[in-house]
Amino acid sequence: MNRITTRRVAFNIHVLKFAQRTLCSGAGAKLPGSDGDQSLTGKHEFPNNVPIYDVAIVGGGMVGMALACSLASMPLTKQLSIAIIDSNPALLSGDRINKEDPPDPRVSTVTPATIALFKGVGAWQYIEEHRHAYFDKMQVWDYTGLGYTRYNARDINKEVLGCVVENKVLHRSLLSCVQNSALQKTIHPVRLSSMILRPSSSSHHGDLAKLELSDGSSLYAKLVVGADGSKSRVRELAGIDATGWKYPQSAVICTVEHMEQNQCAWQRFLPNGPIALLPIGNKFSNIVWTMKPHESSDRKSMTEVDFVKEVNHALDSGYGPHPQSQLFGGGDVFSWLPANMTKSAYENFEIPPKVVKLASERMAFPLSLMHANHYASKRVVLIGDAAHTVHPLAGQGVNMGFGDAFSLSKVVAESIAVGSDIGEVSLLRRYESERKPANLTLMAILDGFQKAYSVDFGPLNVLRAAALHGAQYISPLKRNIIEYASGEQRFPLFS
Amino acid sequence: MFRAKTIVFSSSTMASKLLLTRLRTLTRPSNPFKNPNFEAQTLIQIRQYSDPIDPAAPPTPAIANFNRASKSSLNETELEKFSAIAETWWDAEGPFKPLHVMNPTRLAFIRSTLCRHFGKDQNCARPFEGLKFVDVGCGGGIISEPLARMGASVMGIDAVEKNIKIAQLHADLDPITSSIDYRCTTAEKLVEEQRQFDAVIALEVIEHVANPSEFCKSLSELTSSSGATIISTINRSMRAYATTIIMAEYVLNWLPRGTHEWSSFLTPEELVLILQRASISVSPFE
Repeated sequence: MNRITTRRVAFNIHVLKFAQRTLCSGAGAKLPGSDGDQSLTGKHEFPNNVPIYDVAIVGGGMVGMALACSLASMPLTKQLSIAIIDSNPALLSGDRINKEDPPDPRVSTVTPATIALFKGVGAWQYIEEHRHAYFDKMQVWDYTGLGYTRYNARDINKEVLGCVVENKVLHRSLLSCVQNSALQKTIHPVRLSSMILRPSSSSHHGDLAKLELSDGSSLYAKLVVGADGSKSRVRELAGIDATGWKYPQSAVICTVEHMEQNQCAWQRFLPNGPIALLPIGNKFSNIVWTMKPHESSDRKSMTEVDFVKEVNHALDSGYGPHPQSQLFGGGDVFSWLPANMTKSAYENFEIPPKVVKLASERMAFPLSLMHANHYASKRVVLIGDAAHTVHPLAGQGVNMGFGDAFSLSKVVAESIAVGSDIGEVSLLRRYESERKPANLTLMAILDGFQKAYSVDFGPLNVLRAAALHGAQYISPLKRNIIEYASGEQRFPLFS
Repeated sequence: MFRAKTIVFSSSTMASKLLLTRLRTLTRPSNPFKNPNFEAQTLIQIRQYSDPIDPAAPPTPAIANFNRASKSSLNETELEKFSAIAETWWDAEGPFKPLHVMNPTRLAFIRSTLCRHFGKDQNCARPFEGLKFVDVGCGGGIISEPLARMGASVMGIDAVEKNIKIAQLHADLDPITSSIDYRCTTAEKLVEEQRQFDAVIALEVIEHVANPSEFCKSLSELTSSSGATIISTINRSMRAYATTIIMAEYVLNWLPRGTHEWSSFLTPEELVLILQRASISVSPFE
């Protein structure tokens, strides 16, 4: 029963030929030269030249590439053949990032848990070659001036609270990691047009998913991964519904410069939305400012000098007074708690560093919450923004996506270990049951924050301030918060 | 003289496994590998459905090519019931759902023990490359296909023709599994053909065999001298009685009453004895 097979392995870019129609019957699987007892490796080709891949990752962004990187790093999955479908030219250009460029405004805060995952697959070393900024302190306060919270990594005996990295650096690093691995991958620089998931009797490829691409070519895949962002085409084609709502807010992002190095992350909740100042390195910081949509278009178009003034106003002098340090005599209210106070409980309120100059263009994005009702259906699975989007106020969005990618690759490895078809729904549901509760919990918390801070009502302001105080002075609570936000803990409070 | 190692997998600790056993047997005749000299009373022991098999009625195996070793208690109505259920073998949400739910666990166990036995690397995607396995009583092939994906050359045998057809159809969907050799036959017949395999896997079969020791002898003869036999069955314990018979058949009505006969279950000790008498050495299982 030996069938000799031919295996073709493509490593780099090529545009597929148009699919050739053939009149062969369903005997495709048994023809000599086809794949008989072919191993799982290698891209199969059938007589009509439509390639078959094990995994098709639609969307080669950060999360899609993280999945590819993770699959490349595990012994059970590194022989899979992967197609990456993304029309972004950055995937093919191979340009090196110019280190002299000012930081791109699109950045992400990477939590320690994500850093650990990256280190596990060997991708973090690429990020360390480019600009990145660890920070170990964070200060959160609001415009009412009634309270503030400071977090310090030493509270949980860690070195850092997170690392701020430009998205293009993350992307390029993951891409390098994948390209330097032995993974068989083919990048298709096109968009996905349509997808056929149900088996057709005429197809001798059984019930593989067939993807039709925008250049007219097509391919088969055992598993289709939707990593194509919040307006996911894969989610749409798979018929997976999503729930969510738009926030009446947009975010403006830009890079700014200070006089000296900023090493703390700052977030101030204003009446219309929070403004966050995150260090990127070399005296630069990134601003993520959430505001009403009409304000965002105003602020995007105003002059740079005016904008810098507005930023300083928002961070420091405007909207309300500074919180007083050591309110109520230094937290005596909570002195009945066991004396294991976090270091940051004693820190005074600090004024954020003044912004001197705008260093990049300003970008504005509408904000919304979205959660797909299912993460997995037959042969299709969603990760990253395709499955969920959140408000940027806690810097968690892409971390959830990375969590999804690494969890999915683990589930794929487990499927292969038990010899199962990797597109089998029951095993994909394991991924869903691992990620969905954690994602939903975090999303609920973030949405709660967004709603709590969007109302300016006296008693509610006092409640919020009391909560901030609680977070500042009740050390076990603070440790819990930090550990949860760092990704060390799956669920808040109950671990 | 012990010829081959056996790994015994007692499912007494997993209630769902008990149910899966029952569901698996719904598509298989009660006695695929029967002793040629079965007595009438064994028919009562191995009833599949609530309609009692009339011991006076001659068994009518609709399956061709059964020799003296394969007189079964099949009759037309049972075959039709098997056929009706046979299509749902691969429906993960259908009547075989507990089977599918349990499958990853069974396969993980089989993979780790066989990798240890043959000295293969567990982290390899296809550790059983070059080995020949036989899945006795394969049903729809839910064990045969994963084993084929792990690299083994698999032969799947079952006494119900429809099962073989379903298994073949499903296996043809994936080029890797289309190489599985499915046959409607019995272990005894393979012994007559003097076939030998590196691993003989008989999951949830032995409790339906009239003569377990003869069956084990057949399995033993099919196993090569350095090979392994894997058997799984339900323990004859009070807990099994409570779950598979009382709960599944009477309370929850998942299975027709009379599907199982508690007296035909085997305890691990008995199974070990039978295997040792069939010249199979048994290694302690974790």
